Amino acid sequence: MAKVIVVTSGKGGVGKTTTSAALSTGLARQGYRTVVIDFDIGLRNLDLVMGCERRVVYDFVNVINGEAALHQALIKDKHTDNLFILPASQTRDKDALTPEGVAQVLEILAQEFEYIVCDSPAGIERGALMALYHADEAIITTNPEVSSVRDSDRILGILQSRSRRAELNMEPVKEHLLLTRYNATRAERGDMLSVEDVKDILAIPLLGVIPEDPSVLKASNQGLPVILMEESVAGSAYADATQRFLGEECPMRFLEAPKKGLLQRIFGGQG
Amino acid sequence: MSILEIFRSREKKANSAAIARERLQIIVAHERNGQHTTPDYLPAMKQDILNVVRKYVQVEQDHVSITFENQQDVSILELNVTLPDND
Repeated sequence: MAKVIVVTSGKGGVGKTTTSAALSTGLARQGYRTVVIDFDIGLRNLDLVMGCERRVVYDFVNVINGEAALHQALIKDKHTDNLFILPASQTRDKDALTPEGVAQVLEILAQEFEYIVCDSPAGIERGALMALYHADEAIITTNPEVSSVRDSDRILGILQSRSRRAELNMEPVKEHLLLTRYNATRAERGDMLSVEDVKDILAIPLLGVIPEDPSVLKASNQGLPVILMEESVAGSAYADATQRFLGEECPMRFLEAPKKGLLQRIFGGQG
Repeated sequence: MSILEIFRSREKKANSAAIARERLQIIVAHERNGQHTTPDYLPAMKQDILNVVRKYVQVEQDHVSITFENQQDVSILELNVTLPDND
């Protein structure tokens, strides 16, 4: 039985697409047949982050409208085996997604894949609702910042009331907190909400903490999921989060500020 | 951190993260409670009900009160119209 995972947040720009690309790559690297779907109709970006933008011929909406077969729209990832991408349409708007159409596509994908990762658009409108509706598990991507935390809480409320599992009175969607763009130095100084603060407020289990890391931009510049930059801090943190998602014990890393040497203390440096 | 800040950091600073945490705890608790108690359509429904009542009886806006309450299995919509005295 395929598992449907939604990567969502409410707020934009917190790292949903980065996370979708990293997590789906991570799952595929563990040998699971994985497909990642871009639900951001009209503003597709997953293709760019995953480096397959020039190979998009047909998209999700084409498949829903019967203009293309699913296998024509699926793009085989060039970095990772077992991984496919279903891009969003760039020319339609979010109303092009119909509940029946999405359900049909997911049903077919569920026969072929073990994990279906849904990259949600920002907001709480149709696209976001479609992305989370079928979810079995949800990755709540949150920045340690007031507006992001509030929006995440709002999304949790929607997951608990408007997802398929909620409507059918099934076991609720399993929620995971993924704290992204974390700066341990600033949190220690009291300038940034700490991991514990966010965990307390949202009251859901912590899947991982992804430190703020220039590698994320370097990776997306090249169309490479950051998890493939294995020596990078963000990449390793995503690899850890994937392991935890799969139920393996994996201690949290990067939660403490790197120790500064005497020279750095005197001459300053980025904090 | 520059050399001056080593000394400065020993002073007590306003901790903005603590303020953020406190504000969030309050607003999130408030919004969680509000999620099911008042549906979005309540103000519009109140206006419609008021219009219907007014077709027959002249009542003031504040003489109609509508409350919506969620209990475990049921939601209760309570409508209270104060009719004017009959002269």
